[in-house]
This record gives sequence, structure tokens and C-alpha cells, in this order.
Amino acid sequence: MLSIKNLYVSVEGMEILKGINLEVKPGEVHAIMGPNGSGKSTLANVLAGKEEYEITSGEVIYENEDLLDKSPEDRAKEGIFLSFQYPVEIPGVPMVNFLKTAVNEHRKYNGLKELTAGEFLKLMREKMDMVDMHPNLTNRSVNEGFSGGEKKKNEIFQMALLEPKLAILDETDSGLDIDALKTVAHGVNALRSPERSAIVVTHYQRLLDYIVPDFVHILYKGKIVKTAGKELALELEEKGYDWIKSENL
Amino acid sequence: MEEQDKILNDVTQGEYKYGFVTAIETDIIEKGLNEDVIRLISAIKEEPEFMLNFRLEAFRKWQKMKMPNWAYLKIPPIDLQEISYYAAPKKKVQYESLDEVDPELIETFNKLGIPLEEQKQLAGVAVDAVIDSVSVKTTFKETLAEKGVIFCSFSEAVREHPGLVKKYLGMSVPVADNYFAALNSAVFSDGSFCYIPKGVRCPMELSTYFRINSANTGQFERTLIVADDDSYVSYLEGCTAPMRDENQLHAAVVEIIAMDRAEVKYSTVQNWYPGDKNGKGGIYNFVTKRGVCKGVSSKISWTQVETGSAITWKYPSCILMGDNSVGEFNSVAVTNNRQQADTGSKMIHIGKNTKSTIISKGISAGKSDNSYRGLVKIMPNAKNSRNFSQCDSLLLNNTCGAHTFPYIEVGNKSSVVEHEATTSKIGEDQIFYCNQRGIDTETAIGMIVNGYAKEVLNKLPMEFAVEAQKLLQISLEGSVG
Repeated sequence: MLSIKNLYVSVEGMEILKGINLEVKPGEVHAIMGPNGSGKSTLANVLAGKEEYEITSGEVIYENEDLLDKSPEDRAKEGIFLSFQYPVEIPGVPMVNFLKTAVNEHRKYNGLKELTAGEFLKLMREKMDMVDMHPNLTNRSVNEGFSGGEKKKNEIFQMALLEPKLAILDETDSGLDIDALKTVAHGVNALRSPERSAIVVTHYQRLLDYIVPDFVHILYKGKIVKTAGKELALELEEKGYDWIKSENL
Repeated sequence: MEEQDKILNDVTQGEYKYGFVTAIETDIIEKGLNEDVIRLISAIKEEPEFMLNFRLEAFRKWQKMKMPNWAYLKIPPIDLQEISYYAAPKKKVQYESLDEVDPELIETFNKLGIPLEEQKQLAGVAVDAVIDSVSVKTTFKETLAEKGVIFCSFSEAVREHPGLVKKYLGMSVPVADNYFAALNSAVFSDGSFCYIPKGVRCPMELSTYFRINSANTGQFERTLIVADDDSYVSYLEGCTAPMRDENQLHAAVVEIIAMDRAEVKYSTVQNWYPGDKNGKGGIYNFVTKRGVCKGVSSKISWTQVETGSAITWKYPSCILMGDNSVGEFNSVAVTNNRQQADTGSKMIHIGKNTKSTIISKGISAGKSDNSYRGLVKIMPNAKNSRNFSQCDSLLLNNTCGAHTFPYIEVGNKSSVVEHEATTSKIGEDQIFYCNQRGIDTETAIGMIVNGYAKEVLNKLPMEFAVEAQKLLQISLEGSVG
């Protein structure tokens, strides 16, 4: 599904990713862990197509096509979803309009009929239950005045609506209490299927208790320095990041 | 923007290509402005003496005035002697059907969601005898006549209702109010007149579109709206379709008078030709709009969406004379490329317990300059008056400018004036967030800008609001890169 080969990325002349290699097959969940500043969010943003990053070499193949050639919106419509670390507020734009536009852009792109307002509202209610979203939130402007937890739930809610093939969760667990964490994990797990994959970026092992990964990668100073099964997260939790740092001096 | 320019260029070039510049020249009087010209205009229009005197007084005062230079605008010199001050309504190019009209123009109409019949009228397609719009006009006139509402061209009003015109003309905007208003008063060719009798709630929104002979009101348009005691009217000015006019200078005057407990809502969507990307061409729009809340508990509200013109100089204002009267100003002004706008409002509180609200949303893109200029003046006797002003500016890039010039004068201690202002830049993060959900950048900007302007757009009558929303998006196409 996704194949990252020898990816080098710079921001304003500073090299952040230094040769990333990663294979994600359909149905797999990959966790990417690492200390602050190791390049986790950069990787997530590059995959989603954020502009400020300069790809100096390497390639990313998604569903047999060159991903890096595509616009962010086309990537989205081809099934890549980024759950933002810091969801953005858009004052004056109601959630409902925003989401209906998003869903219908996806449908148009994929040759499906656009949903009417009625059909969309029905779909929205269904998905809202899934992540325990308060119905009032959808009448508010996009993320405006949402609490930290509400913003993160809102990301998962949007993911549920858009049903991506590849979901990238960028520190979706940060700032969540245990109940919200469970809700978010439940939303993610409900989407798991043999066709769908996920990349879960996180600092802590905690989220991985609920979203059990097939692989855990440790990113350090722009490189993946260790890859193993879910037990690696536990080992990391126990030994701390100093363990990685000392091994990679 | 580029696309719109192209359409406009194509349309105008098209006109010349087929040589439609005939037959009308004879109806234009010689260039230049002097007392004889004014007498001639008045004579051609067969005006009564009071109108001639009004024009002459304005002209004499105007001669002693200077063009104002306090606005935050760079105005190229305008040679007022190079303008012909009277032209009989021009014949537009006539097409047999919409098929003959430039398809790109039609596409713009469709983007704006303009109904087919209206498209025909705008594009200059001959409207045949059985077509709806004719009967719509007739029914419209009949319904209004039943209620006693007068809605006609200014010239017709001077002929048919001279008493009313004489009584109210110049009441809001005195002849020598300012340079452009004085010029308009001296030379205006036509416009609209509207009178709502006592106790009448006008059953429909009055729109210039329905007014017969509205095709060419010229560059000096005059509108006078009088709402008598306990009446109500909602008036729509303008059109969201791109309007190209070869008159570069426009100096219109709109006067509103609201008597006891009367309410007037005046909505404008202005989309005149803004000039090309480099600031070449475009309309200079110097407008004086003022309403007097003459009666107690009367209300006048101005709502405007301004996206066109190369230069906009416009301050729709309210003079709150009657006790408990209310004035409102809601504005969205968009400037792109090299456009300049200096716009805002004046609220003059004279009566007791008067209230006013100013909501101004400026949106700047390209290399444009967008200024809010406002005056809130509370006279010593206007006890317990209130004003709330909110002026927001949204910048789309680093090359445009937004400026705010609020003036506040409070003459007593029982009144409260509040002023809030914000400036923000449209976030690349917001656009990326939309992109990541599958929404392309143009649509995203449209959404964000409409969200920002929502408070004002909500005040527009329904059908206008929908067009205005699309217009905002079209005006800003290609403006974020």
C-alpha cells in the first residue's frame, strides 16, 4: 500500500529526515515512536503533502503511484487521512458545511453521487455515536472553542466519516484523559479491516495498549533506528528514550 | 480574477469587433462642464424650475470646492472637462438568443447562479414579448400601485410627483455636502425614486432590476427613498454580474429619509470592473450614501458587499435625529490586485436613546489597499445613546494592506461607545487543513472568507446572500499562491 524509500526531507535548509524506509501493507498498523524532534510529525506532514517541506531525495509510492507528485487534496481523496496534532480552527465555517463539502469532494473524486443534506446528516449522526461526539459540536465552527479533547475526538470523527485507506494519527493521544483515549482508540479500531492501514505516531506506549500495532518503529534523529513487533513499545517504556540515545551516539 | 478579466475583456472587445458603436453619438452633448451644460441637461429632461435651481446651486458651490484628498487612496488626476455630462440611454448590443453570447460570460453567470431570464437581460439578449420578465414587471407594478407605493425612475418622479421630489431632495445630502455629491447634484442624469406611504409595509423587495428603463442610469446616478410614518421597505441595489462601463468616474448619491417608526433596509452588491491585474482601467467609485432617521423610533440599515471598482470611496451613513432611532452599517469590502478601497460609515447621534452598530469586514488580497474609515459622533443632547463598532481585517498575503481610521466624538456622559478591531491573516494552516480533507484551495478560501464575512452576509436578503457568497469566492480566485 505504502512504500517509503530512502526519504530525505529538509525544512529551511535543515535536514530533518535522513533516509527513511518503511513498508506498510494493507491491514497493518504501524506505530512510530521517538523522542521530541526526531522527525515524527515531519514524516506525517510530508505524507499528507504539506508544502513547507523540501524533499531532497527518495520516493514514496502509494497504491502503485508516486505520492509526492500529488496535491494534498488528491492524496486525501485517494484515501490518506491525517489526524492533526494541532487541529486548526476555522471561525465562521460550521462543522456541518465543512464536513459535507469534504465528504462530497471525496465522493465526486471516486465517481460516487454526492450526498444530499438529508443523507449526509444521517451518515453524520451514525458516525457521531461511534466517537461519542456531542451533537452540539457539529453546529459550531470548525474546532472553534473546542477543548483539546474535543478537537482530537473531532479528528477521529472526521476519519470515521471519510473512511480512509491509510490513516496517519499524529500524536492523537497527547492531551487526552484516559476516557477520551479509549474513545479515540475505539474509533480507530472500528475502522480496522484487512484493507485499511494506519500509521500511529506517538510518544507513549499508553495508546498502543488500545490500538495494538503490528510493528513498532523507533525514529531517532531522522532515521528509523529500530523496528520490531508490539513488544518494542513496552521495552521502550521500560528503558526510556535514553536507551535509544545511548545506542545511537 | 484573471478569468473574470478575460471574460470582461472578451466581452468588450467583442463589442468593438462587430462595430456596435453607431447611431448614439448624436444624443451625447459636448464634453465639458459649465453652467450652459447644466441648463441644457435640465432642458433636455424638461425639468421644472426647482430642479434647475437645485442643479445650479450645486454647480456654483461645487466650483468653489476641491477634490478631497484625505482618503487613503492614490487617485490619478481626473479631468472633469473631458466628460460628456449627458448621454441618452445607449442601445446595447442585442443578441437573438443566449447561444450567441460569449460562453465564458454565461459560465460566470452560472457560477453566480443567476437565473436564465436575468442572464438574458444582462447579456443583452432580446427579450421577446411573451417572456416572463415583462409580465413580472407588470404584475409587480400593479401590486405596488395597489399599496400606493411609488417606485419609478427619478425623471419620471420629477414629472409625476414633483411635490414629493421637491420636499425631500437634498434633505439627507445637501447640495454642497461634498465635492462628489455637489457634482452629482449638478449633473445627475437619472436614478430611482421610491416613496412608501404611511403605514405601508412594502410587499416585496424593491430592486432596480425590476425598474423599467434601468438599463443605463449613467455615471451620476441619484436615488431617493422616502419611507413615511410606520412604513417598511427593503431595497436592493446593484447586481452581482460583472459590470463593465466605459465611464471611469462614477459619483452616485443615495438619500434615504425615514419618518416616525419607519424602517428602511438598503442592500448593495457592487461588482464593477476593478481594472486588470496591473491596475489598468477600472471604475472610480465615489459615492455619497446617507440616511436620515428623521422620525422617532425609525431605523435605517445599510448592508453592502463591495468587490468591484478600482477605487472605492464610500461611507454610507445615518443621521439619527429622531429619539430612539437606530442606524446600522454592515459591510464586506474585498480588494484584490491593485484595487483601493476607503470605506466605512458615519453615525451621527442627535436624538436621545439612539443606537448604532457598525460591522465592517475588510478582505485584502493581491497588492491592494483596504481601509476602514468611520466616524461615530454623539451630540451633547443625544443622551443615553449607544454605538458598537467592530472592524475586522483579513489579509490574504504579505503584499496587501489593511488600515483602520476610526473617529469617535462623544458629547455627553450618559452614552456608551464601544470599538473593537482585529486584523488576521488567512492561515496556510487553515488551507492545508481543508486540503487534507479533500477540499481544494479555491474552495477552501471561499469557505474561510465566507465564514469570516458571515455576520454581514446573513443580513442580506436571501437571494442576494447566495450570489454574494459566490461572488466573494470568484473575486478572490487565484489570490492565494
